[in-house]
Amino acid sequence: MSTPTPQAYVLRGVRPYGTDPVDVVLADGVIAAIGAPGTVEVPDGATEIPAGSDGTGSDGTGLVLLPGLVDLHTHLREPGREDAETVFSGTRAAAAGGFTAVHAMANTTPTQDTAGVVEQVYRLGQEAGWADVHPVGAVTVGLGGERLAELGAMADSAARVRVFSDDGKCVHDPVLMRRALEYVKAFDGVVAQHAQEPRLTEGAQMNEGIVSAQIGLTGWPAVAEESIIARDVLLAEHVGSRLHVCHLSTAGSVEIVRWAKGRGINVTAEVTPHHLVLTDDLARDYDPVFKVNPPLRTAKDVEAVREGLADGTIDIVATDHAPHPVEDKDCEWSSAAFGMTGLETALSVVQQTMVDTGRMTWADVARVLSENPARIGRIDEGPASQGRPVAVGEPANLTLVDPAATRAIDGRTQVTASSNTPFGGMELPGRVVATFLRGRATVLDGVVVDRAAVDRAAGAPAFEGATR
Amino acid sequence: MKHLLTTQGMSKDDAILLLDTSAQMAATQSRENKKLPTLRGRTVVNLFYEDSTRTRISFETAAKRLSADVINFSAKGSSVSKGESLKDTALTLHAMGADAVVVRHSASGAAHQLAHAGWLDAGVLNAGDGMHQHPTQALLDAFTIRRHLVGNVGADGRGADTSVGADLAGLRIAIVGDVLHSRVARSNVYLLHTLGAEVTLIAPPTLVPVGVEMWPCRVSYHLDETLEQWQPDAVMMLRVQRERMSGGSGAFFPSPMEYSRKFGFDGRRLAVLPDHAIVMHPGPMNRGLEISADAADHPRSVIVEQVANGVAVRMAALYLLLSGDDSASTEKTSTDERNAL
Repeated sequence: MSTPTPQAYVLRGVRPYGTDPVDVVLADGVIAAIGAPGTVEVPDGATEIPAGSDGTGSDGTGLVLLPGLVDLHTHLREPGREDAETVFSGTRAAAAGGFTAVHAMANTTPTQDTAGVVEQVYRLGQEAGWADVHPVGAVTVGLGGERLAELGAMADSAARVRVFSDDGKCVHDPVLMRRALEYVKAFDGVVAQHAQEPRLTEGAQMNEGIVSAQIGLTGWPAVAEESIIARDVLLAEHVGSRLHVCHLSTAGSVEIVRWAKGRGINVTAEVTPHHLVLTDDLARDYDPVFKVNPPLRTAKDVEAVREGLADGTIDIVATDHAPHPVEDKDCEWSSAAFGMTGLETALSVVQQTMVDTGRMTWADVARVLSENPARIGRIDEGPASQGRPVAVGEPANLTLVDPAATRAIDGRTQVTASSNTPFGGMELPGRVVATFLRGRATVLDGVVVDRAAVDRAAGAPAFEGATR
Repeated sequence: MKHLLTTQGMSKDDAILLLDTSAQMAATQSRENKKLPTLRGRTVVNLFYEDSTRTRISFETAAKRLSADVINFSAKGSSVSKGESLKDTALTLHAMGADAVVVRHSASGAAHQLAHAGWLDAGVLNAGDGMHQHPTQALLDAFTIRRHLVGNVGADGRGADTSVGADLAGLRIAIVGDVLHSRVARSNVYLLHTLGAEVTLIAPPTLVPVGVEMWPCRVSYHLDETLEQWQPDAVMMLRVQRERMSGGSGAFFPSPMEYSRKFGFDGRRLAVLPDHAIVMHPGPMNRGLEISADAADHPRSVIVEQVANGVAVRMAALYLLLSGDDSASTEKTSTDERNAL
């Protein structure tokens, strides 16, 4: 049997990176043609995707076409916590949010600290087929912070791990961090640090400041993040390694990264959507849906991370999508789990905070949500490359977004298996209309597309895995 | 008043109503028959997740003096210790028809969640939540201060309380000790400020929270200097937990001796105060650490009276929570009914 040919699509009057409307043809898994509306040759049987809400897009309100989004920081919870999320449900949520690739964090049970476990997660991602799954390897065995996991074996495995992180825990031992930074140079890897000085954050529940003082919750001081970032950028400079800072959250952290980049240190940084918009004031009602690590900070920090993202100090937005079952959030604040979901709201939050405010263009959005994360994760080249330009011949990993739409967010109706969104009850701008993974629609008309049905229509077997 | 969760944001009118109602309750407690029929047929649950015999007994006494049925639900020996969640416990109490829940919990915000998470309809009375609030403690402290320093009651407890309707304007109150971990300090700072008093917190810098600059009070690191120069009308000592000085590099102060020397209250420091000043402590005391025996047992110490006033204040709080209809503000609580006490 020949390789199945994905369905062909023609996207009418869409605006790549928010520029002038064009027609785009997707065929054989790649972008086959781009041309002025009505001028492109359309293959037989291609599915028409009409233009934006106004029908033409000529007044600048049509659908915006972006390279498929890439998340460098996702918790898919499988294996171990399938009650919160599975690779299948999490990547389905990713597709709904416009993502075509996610990096699955290592804090699963068992931990993603061996070639066997990362290959399992990688394979589950392929079978699910909603988005490419790139497992992140643990830096230390069992995230224990005591000895290096087999980083080389994970790098050499079928999962080709390039990002290593103990996320959820900080690699706090300076010698161990130095060794990890040095060791991953052999395979062009990167250590993604969860910057949290453990002694300064014992029992910590929320940002330490005015609100924590009033409501009596143990503080998580900004200095606990900043001191680790400062140490790590100096270590990276000393050993000439590549460092990535996960979910940076404070104004001081932005300053340190800005200083490090000015010095030529090879550091990249990410901010989460929630740290771009939410503040610690939300803890006042003790609703644990707002409990997250690092914690929500102050309005001053929110402004600093927006500025850092706009000026390039912060390279990417990553979701830190952290699904939890209801019982882990429907309880006392101090007993509740840290974390919030984010895959299905990330693009909307970035639009609201950065695009609608005039601080970034859609090309900048493509940079921070697709190109840069793909480059940091070293998935921007090769057979399943991501974060590529919207250009003829490139793989058809694409996200079509309607920026004029608004959505009311409701955790119970989201695609993720968990409901712990902090945006419940809020209206957010922008809606993902379609997502394409190598030319195959994972989302059409805002609804996730059952893959088996698409493949049957194209005369292909239900699962790629079945042919391997 | 549907719930009593915090003193932060409490209106001055509500605070004075609570104090005045407490005075009426206190007056009934000198009768031979201390029991009032007011809450007959109502059910009050004491839901205690933390050991606190003193506070529990105070609430239990208050509820029984008002003729309410009292159910004590303690975390030990109940389903809570088997892992039942706060939510399930709340649903159970709701199903059993509790009219008011008095809750003590180690988690800050537990009382707020019980009141607002939709698990239960009952009025919620916060009897201490983590490091957050303990509003009836602040009310009984304010009540005690008002009786002595505004009313005519002497340090010996004799004399008529002429302070009904008054606030605490112009009084200077020093709160000394572990402010960082103290729900008593947080509750008092806001209530005393609302009532017009000036508050100074006195503690080593390690026991003052980051963010204290937004509290309506001043902060001093020096007990002797503040007592001499500021001349407070009342000194409120906070309990220092023994574990605060252990933990090696995480200890909050070097030694109990040093703490005692710099922040302990004793006869010498008492002698520096004005003659009318009173000494307070929420209990239980660490004698010899934050307060010496001669200060604790001094005639100007009102520590035992604080306990007695605690019952009157809790009677007032339960009465105001349970006797009004759900939506009514405290002002609408029947004055006749209160006068009939």
